[in-house]
Amino acid sequence: MSGVLLPRRQLIARAGGLVAAAGALPLLSGCDAISEAPAVRKILSMGEEMNRASQRALMDRDALAREFTRADLSPVFRSNGTKLPDGAAYAAHAATRFADWRIAVSGLVARPLSLSMADIRAMPQRTQITRHDCVEGWSAIGEWTGPQLRRILEAAGVKDRARYIVFRCADRIDDALYYESCDMVDALHPQTILAWAMNGAVLPIANGAPLRLRIERQLGYKHAKYLTGIEAVASLDHIGAGKGGFWEDRIDYEWYAGI
Amino acid sequence: MAEADSPDVPPAPVPEKPAPVRVYRHRLPTRIWHWVNAVTLLVMLMSGLMIFNAHPRLYWGQYGANPDRAWFAIGATADTGYVRFGETRIETTGVLGRWTDAEGEEKTWAFPGWATIPTSYDLAAGRRWHLFFAWVLSAGLALYMVWSLLGGHVRRDLHVRRAEWSPRHIWDDIKDHARLRFPRGEAAARYNILQKLSYIGVIFGLLPLMIFTGLTMSPGMDAAWPWLLDLFGGRQSARSIHFIAAWLLVLFFLVHILMVILAGPINEVRSMIGGWFTLPPERESEA
Repeated sequence: MSGVLLPRRQLIARAGGLVAAAGALPLLSGCDAISEAPAVRKILSMGEEMNRASQRALMDRDALAREFTRADLSPVFRSNGTKLPDGAAYAAHAATRFADWRIAVSGLVARPLSLSMADIRAMPQRTQITRHDCVEGWSAIGEWTGPQLRRILEAAGVKDRARYIVFRCADRIDDALYYESCDMVDALHPQTILAWAMNGAVLPIANGAPLRLRIERQLGYKHAKYLTGIEAVASLDHIGAGKGGFWEDRIDYEWYAGI
Repeated sequence: MAEADSPDVPPAPVPEKPAPVRVYRHRLPTRIWHWVNAVTLLVMLMSGLMIFNAHPRLYWGQYGANPDRAWFAIGATADTGYVRFGETRIETTGVLGRWTDAEGEEKTWAFPGWATIPTSYDLAAGRRWHLFFAWVLSAGLALYMVWSLLGGHVRRDLHVRRAEWSPRHIWDDIKDHARLRFPRGEAAARYNILQKLSYIGVIFGLLPLMIFTGLTMSPGMDAAWPWLLDLFGGRQSARSIHFIAAWLLVLFFLVHILMVILAGPINEVRSMIGGWFTLPPERESEA
């Protein structure tokens, strides 16, 4: 019977060892292991889609973000992310006050465009005083002026196949250009504008000069700064790492940032 | 030995111990919701502290960022950690603002790694946990509210009777709690006035407050339900209220655990698992 007993004893010893190991493991790193397990991440990430679907169901397609008055403006509008893009090219543009800056409209459009800042300023303008919400938790209220993105997309003739708009930027973080994207609901939203002015003055460099996106129903990292291009696409799979934005690709921020 | 030899003398009566009385105290929905909440609230708190670490400052009003005045902040100087309420600064080196992690590395995040999910700074992961379990919390609360209202839990168990509202009754109950004189017998199976008020306050007050202040921090929800901003006085006010209410829930939890321990932890926990509660026998002096 020793042939039976021995394995059993080994089994007990092994089980005991496992228990001891589990006890010795810091409980907290166990939690982190759970947090990073692919299956857990997948389940937890369902929250993003539930939030997107429920918010879209609850709100009117064109439901507006709260607009404030000039009395509500933040005394200092905090800038975040890139405050001054690197490189000689951007510096040269800044030196000429972005006189030669152009923004390309490309992808699934009938008429690709290359717009100058003069073209942007010549379009019908929208001014809105809105709250900027950082994913980190702070908020600042600013006044923004610029053309609605929908007018630019109409001018370019976005094709029906386009499902997303990708925003290309001039600022490089860790050797990759910043980018963001949104679906057509937010792209065509009346408050989605390309702002070239803030608080009644030309947009400062720290806040994205010469042109930045305002996408008022989502968090700050969606508001791409230093815009160089707008691209209509059918899928985000082959843009960057495929998650639809710089931080989405790198540190797993949600693509739908309405919450 | 004489007594034993005499069969005429009846033995002294040994008081017979009454058989323990068991009552069905917690119905299945209550038990399920209780344990789901135990996990959910822990995850919400710890992932919430991670999110707070991303910007450990609180404001009142619509906006608030680093250049603005924070009424509450956790921070670090060159060599200390501190908590600041208004103008009052309390040094908290080692616990808040500046602490040492498991590897012995000094960190200056507000809440220490043992209190957050995950243990090292990861805002995206903290949000993933928080915003998923927010659904568990909200759905569970909504179902439990409906069940409690329609199923009679509120009417039978939580409803405060007219007599219980009398200040004298409430004061007596407070005194009983302070003296750790808990009800025995039948009365132990029922909620006393302080329990009723706490449970009603949490189910219909604190938890909905957490959910709605949480939603007010969402730019999407503010567009969908603009009244949220008016109700709480702005996104940053909502964030402050969310933080305060979270600690009120922690306070509720601590008192709850203390009461369970004092009232008989095995019996209490067993009744929250299987539903059946053993009535503590009446006090002899009262019998």
